[in-house]
Amino acid sequence: MQRFKLFLPLVIFALLAAVFFGVERRVQSGDYAPTDLPSALVDKPLPDFSEPALDDGRLKNKAQIVGEVFLLNVWATWCPSCHFEHPFLVKLAAEGVNIVSIDYKDEAEAAKRWLAEKGNPYSVTLFDEDGSLGLDLGVTGAPETYLVDASGTVRFRYQGALDQRIWDKEFAPRMAELSPSGSAQ
Amino acid sequence: MKSIFLSFVLLLFSVGAAAVIETYQFDTPLQQKRYHAFIEELRCPKCQNQNLSGSDSAISKDLRRQIHSMIMDDKSDIEITQYMVARYGDFILYRPRFSGQTAVLWLAPLALLMLGALVWWRMAAGRKRQPLSADAALSVNEQTRLHELLNDDDSGDAETRS
Repeated sequence: MQRFKLFLPLVIFALLAAVFFGVERRVQSGDYAPTDLPSALVDKPLPDFSEPALDDGRLKNKAQIVGEVFLLNVWATWCPSCHFEHPFLVKLAAEGVNIVSIDYKDEAEAAKRWLAEKGNPYSVTLFDEDGSLGLDLGVTGAPETYLVDASGTVRFRYQGALDQRIWDKEFAPRMAELSPSGSAQ
Repeated sequence: MKSIFLSFVLLLFSVGAAAVIETYQFDTPLQQKRYHAFIEELRCPKCQNQNLSGSDSAISKDLRRQIHSMIMDDKSDIEITQYMVARYGDFILYRPRFSGQTAVLWLAPLALLMLGALVWWRMAAGRKRQPLSADAALSVNEQTRLHELLNDDDSGDAETRS
């Protein structure tokens, strides 16, 4: 027992080293991002809103958007990761995924040009010039993507650019769960 | 030469002020005080460890504006806190509320303090029980083993010396 006590610091060191090594490996592989925040909105209804559409400036409210499973993508032309993400969103839309978007704290002209040049994967784009809708959603930056079910409840939020790997890992299983008929893929 | 040295020393002291400077108008000193209390106590959701007053990020700017407008609208402190937590979760509070998720955060220091006290108490008790004279405490077996060891050591030393 006395001898074991001498080795206690070493045992504690080994345990901590194993824990930190495990966490670091999960960070490296992308399974765990310590900077990601859990969204306060998950499993809560999408907040009510009334925002102008980017294309014609007509006000859209929550009831006009909600109805089937959709992605709510927050983007802006000033956001570098959104450039990276855009082609994947175009591909998703071509596969039949309904994507509604929020153009977050942006300039309307630049945003319209962006969609004209790069293709428009969005069924509706809400123009949130002052970031008030973003504030209600708990957006901390762009891009962010919310998964909203048919009843208008937020099921999942992802911070950062979407790509095939993240789609397969995080979104596809949840989409399949929400719509067994599967417009997801 | 001297002036170069002096300006180098001055450079060491030119640390920028941490707080962001913005001009918001308030009607009463109390409103201003509440505003400053909020931006000190709420955390920037984009940053890992900065409060709203220290952060330059766009989201912190928006939140400061929101807090200002809510204070000017005569919203209570509880209403403002609830508004922020509903959108950004417990993360935004530098002093998180006690809940299942934050229990470890609140209780761990207490538990560690008690563990430390326990260890200290056990060690103090152990030392008191230990007799002052070490010779008397050794049993016959231990005495012989001690002599063996001491003799071993002598012979070992002698071998290396020869």
